[in-house]
Amino acid sequence: MPSDALHTETIVALATPPGVGAIGLIRLSGKDAVAIADKAFWGKKLTGQPSHTIHFGTIRDETGKDLDEVLVSLFIAPKSYTGEDVVEVSCHGSPYILQEVIQLFIRLGARLAQPGEFTLRAFLNGKMDLSQAEAVADLIASESSAAHSVAMQQMRGGFSQEIQRLRQELIQFASLIELELDFSEEDVEFANRGELRQLVEKIRTVIRALIRSFQLGNVIKNGVNTVIAGRPNAGKSTLLNALLNEERAIVSEIAGTTRDTIEEVLNINGIPFRIIDTAGIREARDAIEAIGVERTLEKVRQGSLLVYVFDVILTQPADVHADLERLARPGVPLLIVANKMDLNPHTRFEHYFSVGSSTVGSPAVGSQAVGSLQSGSGQSEGSKGQAPADTPSRPLTSSHPLTSSHPLTSSLSLSLSQKAWVPISAKAQMNIEFLKEKLYEAAVGQELLGESTIVSNVRHLEALQHTDESLTAVLTGMDNAVTSDFIAMDIRRALHYLGEITGEITTEDLLDHIFSKFCIGK
Amino acid sequence: MFPKYDVIVVGAGHAGCEAAVAAANLGSKVLLATMNMQTIAQMSCNPAMGGVAKGQIVREIDALGGYSGIVTDHTMLQFRMLNLSKGPAMWSPRAQSDRMLFAAKWRKMLEEHPNIDFWQEMVSGLIVRNGVVKGVRTGMGLEIESNAVVLTNGTFLNGIIHIGEKQFGGGRAGEKAATGITEQLVQLGFEAGRMKTGTPPRVDGRALDYARMEVQPGDENPGKFSYTDTPKLTRQLPCHITYTSPEVHDMLKSGFDQSPMFNGRIQGRGPRYCPSIEDKVNRFAERDRHQLFVEPEGWDTCEIYVNGFSSSLPEDVQYKALRMVPGFENMKMFRPGYAIEYDYFPPTQLQLSLETHLVRNLFFAGQINGTTGYEEAGCQGLIAGINAHLAINDQEPFILKRSEAYIGVLIDDLINKGTEEPYRMFTSRAEYRILLRQDNADIRLTPLAHQLGIRGSAERLDRVRSKESAASAIEKFFEDYSVEPGDINKVLEDRDSSPIRQKVKLHGILLRPQISMDDLGQALPDVKAFLDQYDPECRMLAEINMKYEGYIVREREVADKLNRLEEVRLHDDFRYDNLPSLSSEAREKLARLKPRTIGQASRISGVSPSDISALLVYLGR
Repeated sequence: MPSDALHTETIVALATPPGVGAIGLIRLSGKDAVAIADKAFWGKKLTGQPSHTIHFGTIRDETGKDLDEVLVSLFIAPKSYTGEDVVEVSCHGSPYILQEVIQLFIRLGARLAQPGEFTLRAFLNGKMDLSQAEAVADLIASESSAAHSVAMQQMRGGFSQEIQRLRQELIQFASLIELELDFSEEDVEFANRGELRQLVEKIRTVIRALIRSFQLGNVIKNGVNTVIAGRPNAGKSTLLNALLNEERAIVSEIAGTTRDTIEEVLNINGIPFRIIDTAGIREARDAIEAIGVERTLEKVRQGSLLVYVFDVILTQPADVHADLERLARPGVPLLIVANKMDLNPHTRFEHYFSVGSSTVGSPAVGSQAVGSLQSGSGQSEGSKGQAPADTPSRPLTSSHPLTSSHPLTSSLSLSLSQKAWVPISAKAQMNIEFLKEKLYEAAVGQELLGESTIVSNVRHLEALQHTDESLTAVLTGMDNAVTSDFIAMDIRRALHYLGEITGEITTEDLLDHIFSKFCIGK
Repeated sequence: MFPKYDVIVVGAGHAGCEAAVAAANLGSKVLLATMNMQTIAQMSCNPAMGGVAKGQIVREIDALGGYSGIVTDHTMLQFRMLNLSKGPAMWSPRAQSDRMLFAAKWRKMLEEHPNIDFWQEMVSGLIVRNGVVKGVRTGMGLEIESNAVVLTNGTFLNGIIHIGEKQFGGGRAGEKAATGITEQLVQLGFEAGRMKTGTPPRVDGRALDYARMEVQPGDENPGKFSYTDTPKLTRQLPCHITYTSPEVHDMLKSGFDQSPMFNGRIQGRGPRYCPSIEDKVNRFAERDRHQLFVEPEGWDTCEIYVNGFSSSLPEDVQYKALRMVPGFENMKMFRPGYAIEYDYFPPTQLQLSLETHLVRNLFFAGQINGTTGYEEAGCQGLIAGINAHLAINDQEPFILKRSEAYIGVLIDDLINKGTEEPYRMFTSRAEYRILLRQDNADIRLTPLAHQLGIRGSAERLDRVRSKESAASAIEKFFEDYSVEPGDINKVLEDRDSSPIRQKVKLHGILLRPQISMDDLGQALPDVKAFLDQYDPECRMLAEINMKYEGYIVREREVADKLNRLEEVRLHDDFRYDNLPSLSSEAREKLARLKPRTIGQASRISGVSPSDISALLVYLGR
């Protein structure tokens, strides 16, 4: 985009998804938007009409042929999405009509917009900052209500503001240190190291909480890969159908990487779960079966949530243990679904696992499965006889950013405590809602999302991680009595990376991809 | 009567002298015009060079072939490396000089230069034709022609000196002010402003009781400024430290109603970082004492400079208050402190080369640009002198990046942000402080001086190359050398560092914060023998390279990343008024300041990050 004339032309694009729909919205933006619309619009004169008004009329081409009856909304600069004059034309949703109208506008002087160009203009006209612009892209791409609310929150600037506030505090810290460096010869009072330390620790805690929130943000944005595994005839397929409620037409079938795994998307409370069904595992009696098992294990490795299904009638505790020993992986939370409970309603968790301790296989595997993600605590809570899932595990909320001592990842962890135990009957549709609650809980924890700040953008995550590293270097430096010029350097690095998030520091690579993610029309 | 000069330098202070030498050392024929040849290179304020950030600048001037470092080395009477308790980026050389020797040495070096002529008279105007400077006009009405002019008028332009309620015209104590230039420049369209600075009383050292003060001696192993073979100090004079008291403050307050600072007679803005004593007493009322440094003015004089007591109160108030200071009970005053107001030209009217936007081949350097300090002035003179020569030879200007030199930081700040008060350098102004050290100014800058072809830079470059290869040899030695626990553990324990259990490389031990290269030399005789072959400067470089490698690499990465924006060129004819997305302030500033690059644009005050993002997007970046 070498010429600045590019940004003064009036652009046009379809703003609703392509294809047949009840209504299709065509958007024009630029200084000639109203004039161009006026040339095609019959009913009244649009030029001179006030902003934020809607007008009914007909779109006619140059030959006088009626193309469509439409509603035209006017947004006059600067009170519009792009900051320029914007005209939105609501047509009937026929792809043919929409194309004709767009072509007409182009003949009348508009240019077809490039991907992201409306948002680009909004940015250029100071309507939004960079992280807001990024959020628009996320918003368009959001598949679920939770992803939508994260993007909305970011677009409103909440994230920028929080980072901005931290940056201000850090700048204050930096200035105290700088003062001491530059005026060492003069009688200045030195900054209180204890207070400085507290401040850095406080900021780091917030930064780390934001980093942890990424996992949640990512779950919301990209979904949770959920692997269902179990022995043949444990009822996996029935379970899958029960979860997906087969009548629904939107269930899509995506071919997996192997012919015996299929991926479905299940939406629970706005979180997309990508459910991966696997071939039944059994004791491998030959090479072919061994390959099948290996494939299943591979799927489990790629998953971020494991649902193990077994048949309470047929499967012995020892077999369940053996399966879990093979399937359970550190870092992957686990639900144990006891199926066919309608046939044996008295089955209890205690029949399979001794209460309060891990009884699965070797202690190593057991403790991994139990305390899989409690790496922060350095010990397996399961082995201490506590049920970790009882520990309040929470996604980051603005009210708790400083006190949450558990990494967010722990909210993804379930253990072999009773909390992981989900008795159901897939066939009888028994307890399916309870299973859904368990899945949701395993993915996002028990607290609702609310208005908390969640990081969902990889670029932001990287900047936060660099900030964390720099702040850690500050603290390490203070511990090792490193001189304050080096401490100041790490503080400045932290400031630099925080600035990258808010766009305070402009680097080319930052801008490079921001506007490339957009689909046309925004 | 005059030949046509390549460059005329107006003013012979620190900026003017460096400007004359720089242009002359590139081959230009230079005329140095000064009102008084007896005051060439005067230290108008304290008799000291260097200090935190300023010492680094003197080293940079030296690395680029300027003379400030050489002159200081020849004339100093005390040397201290400040901030040694901090990291190497903070180490800052500072010297007390003999004021008279300093001026004499500068004059001698200038006189020895075949390309420099002198003229003693006030320059009262410029010859400007079609927007290009063609020479100067003097008070007597002479016209001297040249292809370029560097103005370094210091505090002389319409200077007014204030002492209490007295005020009189003057450029310095006992010297006349200069007139005519401001008026002409304003007519040409320049914006002028007023600034204020001050200086403390000079007193008779024979009447001071040093027993009542703290001694501040020079370093045991005094260093120096120049990378060339200048003499090292063999004997030094001490400074002394004393303090004001509540009684002193009360006495000073009794004169506040006659203070030109407080009663509004002084309009110009003074330096916040170098406040007068009355300002300190007024602003920091809670402090019951302020530090005073008692500095000798020379080897063979009893004149004393009372650093920290800058004042424009009536002379009798200064006198009475100073006599209440411990050690000053019998003090006799040579002359009182005073404040001086002078014209400056907001430096946003300059390009990074220090050439004005309005008049071609006209350059400004020093206090005329709103700076304070000999070092700040000297480095601007050097850059203006170099660029005056380059401009008249149709060559690209010489511009130092912020990641290359404090000089680059200084000029970039001035040009893009302007300054509301006299601008003084601080290390915190530099983003890449760890890179801009006093020990590596030669490595950073001498190759650039050599590229320019500055006289003497070939020999300087040879020194740099051999310093670098010596440092790599030392680094290699430390990487290869394995040390046994028995040979080193004693030193480690002495230094509170954990002992080693098996053989390790010496390099690893040096990385420990508590352990220095000297410590290792003391413990290991063969290491000492190896190190003794090398000059202390080379050892220091090697030690810093090894010990702080992690920090240096991290700093470099950030610098390189941001430097990419310095490479995105913006042309002078860029039509900012066509970009509606820019804020109106940014549009106006960008059009006026004509930044060379996006990086520079990003530092202009009033240009916000979103303006820069918008520019980048426009440019298709």
